[in-house]
Amino acid sequence: MRSQSRHRTRALLALTVTGGLLLTACAGAGGTGTADGETINVLMVNNPQMTDLQKLTAQHFTKETGIKVNFTVLPENDVRDKISQDFANQAGQYDVATISNYETPIYAKNGWLHALDPYITQDSAYDEQDILTPMRLSLSGEDGKVYAQPFYGESSFLMYRKDVFAKAGLTMPDKPTWKQVAGLAAKADGAEKGMKGICLRGLPGWGEVIAPLTTVVNTFGGTWFNDRWEAQLTAPEFTRATQFYVDLVRKHGESGAAQAGYAECLNNMTQGKTAMWYDATAGAGSLEATKSPVKGKIGYVPAPVEKTDSSGWLYTWAWGMQKASKNPDSAWKFISWAASKEYEALVGKEIGWANVPAGKRASTYDNPDYQKAAKAFYEVTHTAISEADSRNPGVQKRPAPGVQFVGVPEFTDLGTKVSQEISAAIAGRQSVEQALQKSQKLAEKVGKEYQNR
Amino acid sequence: MSTSLRAAVSPPPTTPVAAQRPPAPPPQAARRDLRAWATRAPLLPALIFLIIVTQLPFVATLVISLFNWNSLYPDDRAFAGLSNYGAVLSDPELRGSVLTTALLTASVVLVSLVLGLALALLLDRKFRGRGVVRTMLIAPFLLVPVAAALLWKHVLYNPEYGLFNGLLTWLGGLLGIDGPAQPDWISEMPLIAVEASLIWQWTPFMMLILLAGLQSRPLDVIEAARIDGAGNWQVFRYLTLPHLRRYLELGALLGSIYIVQNFDAVFTITSGGLGTANLPYTIYETFYRAHEYGLASAAGVLVVIGSIILATFALRVVSSLFSQEVSR
Repeated sequence: MRSQSRHRTRALLALTVTGGLLLTACAGAGGTGTADGETINVLMVNNPQMTDLQKLTAQHFTKETGIKVNFTVLPENDVRDKISQDFANQAGQYDVATISNYETPIYAKNGWLHALDPYITQDSAYDEQDILTPMRLSLSGEDGKVYAQPFYGESSFLMYRKDVFAKAGLTMPDKPTWKQVAGLAAKADGAEKGMKGICLRGLPGWGEVIAPLTTVVNTFGGTWFNDRWEAQLTAPEFTRATQFYVDLVRKHGESGAAQAGYAECLNNMTQGKTAMWYDATAGAGSLEATKSPVKGKIGYVPAPVEKTDSSGWLYTWAWGMQKASKNPDSAWKFISWAASKEYEALVGKEIGWANVPAGKRASTYDNPDYQKAAKAFYEVTHTAISEADSRNPGVQKRPAPGVQFVGVPEFTDLGTKVSQEISAAIAGRQSVEQALQKSQKLAEKVGKEYQNR
Repeated sequence: MSTSLRAAVSPPPTTPVAAQRPPAPPPQAARRDLRAWATRAPLLPALIFLIIVTQLPFVATLVISLFNWNSLYPDDRAFAGLSNYGAVLSDPELRGSVLTTALLTASVVLVSLVLGLALALLLDRKFRGRGVVRTMLIAPFLLVPVAAALLWKHVLYNPEYGLFNGLLTWLGGLLGIDGPAQPDWISEMPLIAVEASLIWQWTPFMMLILLAGLQSRPLDVIEAARIDGAGNWQVFRYLTLPHLRRYLELGALLGSIYIVQNFDAVFTITSGGLGTANLPYTIYETFYRAHEYGLASAAGVLVVIGSIILATFALRVVSSLFSQEVSR
């Protein structure tokens, strides 16, 4: 190659590279809102309640306030990742994001969230007192300040087929214990052709099998960590609870339990393949839907207990404001609108009372329209959420908040790895002892990091 | 990669002018250079674009893999040297996933090659409706991987309403067995369950490559062999198989490159449980669940290195195929 042509190619190369860079730079610069407080960017998970919100925003919120809202909607895993990236760098690209009660205290500790107390005290119309106490507590930081406002919340309870129980001459106690539930599962097993006694999650994932299992562990008197950060997975209580859960699902649970998560159990319950189902209160909405074949046949009782008074979990999708937000006032206007009573009434009127983002305000449960739409389960749900205590869900002090999880950043990974061991035990590929011994080692690693801090 | 290509491709016949190039090139050569660049120039934007979208992110990954970076501890980001690589290589879980990946890849490639060969031999014959059969056989390969995995998980394997257990019930009914076995397929044989769905997807791919190989057989030689009294088996053993060797290698290598990276089947069918977590799934978990960007990048880089080694072999095979075609 000769020098002359080499020059030319170099020039061409340089031109193309810079051109390319310019293009990408332009692409990267898009998407940030104007700084005049008229536009905010919201990043949220793609659950149905959020898509309803997206539909209603332009016609109502923007009309009333003049604030434009740009939504970015992603699936749960992607949204968590994008939020943690944007908030960690305090890039300020998003003013508001949906975060759960798992992330809120962690993010608050990292200084990524805007404390909302000043706004709450100024905004009397918002009626913060109406928010259910467990929700408010689970969305507060260690400093006692509130860092997010709930959009909707859920707990867990036991669902059972009233008609099947009546036919088989079984009675469900008003507040069942796990021992009673195991007995009922044995009797209801095979009550109808192809019907199993109970459906419990077994699919790996920190948000799948670990959630119901941890509530069982709590009420059996176990815990992941004691308050000195010592892992307790091989302690007798944890072992007994896990053994109980695994035995129950292997003996009288659904087949294919090691791959059954929330969606599969919902399917089994809807198709009449199981007599009982212990899972999220959100499941009731689907079971009582207009087209559901089991509509009206389901009874609802609180989550089964052993040593504690209640054992339901606590989960909520909530609105958090990024600390670096350039439009905090507009962001608060949006948050307070989305989490308000008025918005719930709007959804009830425009879309239907069954679709209201419930589980966060006491007033929702006093509303006759909502009571009519959710008559089978609203009381039990309300009680379950009200009784959940994310600071003190078991019989001993905890080092981190959370009912069905441990509120530390490492838990997503630890919970997922442990869930794979538990799932293998449910599949019968190893004993519960083996699963817990491996899990204990993983948990000890996490505990040691905190002991040294 | 280009070096291996050059090594494999037989050298082009050198022109005498180029062989005795004087230090000061004659104007003719300059013109040739210009012409060469004139033909290359339109391709440059594409090349540059390719470099920007593939190589720059890879360089970024390389850099990130040298850092101790957990996204939830933004203040603790620190340069870690090669410690992430050490962690990846010494982590029993990651080592396990390397083994799983190797097992999964090897078994899927081998079984789909054997099945693909059988199907290709059948399709190589002339019969009515051959085109329709071929299209139907290719269909699984055209399916979106996630859709295929969902289909296997719910429609076939599900112990409650899956077709496999339905078939067993139906057969039991025919034979008068009451309540035949209803195995929980995925729990009882998780890795085989994942492999089966992948084999079903990749057999058509192998079949296509081998069919192309079969249809390029020199038929006169086979005819000669038949006249010499060779039977079907002998023709297959001494003529067809040696001819197909390169196509088999090509299928195995291309298949390996794709299946090493497979994520959909593991993610969908077992969620990485029951010892089926392969490398891509483990990297995904390290990145998304553990938020360990440095570790995940290091593991990713190691997978890329592995894939490059595989790809180099694949390219050699492809280029030897071409040189064979040329020499014919």
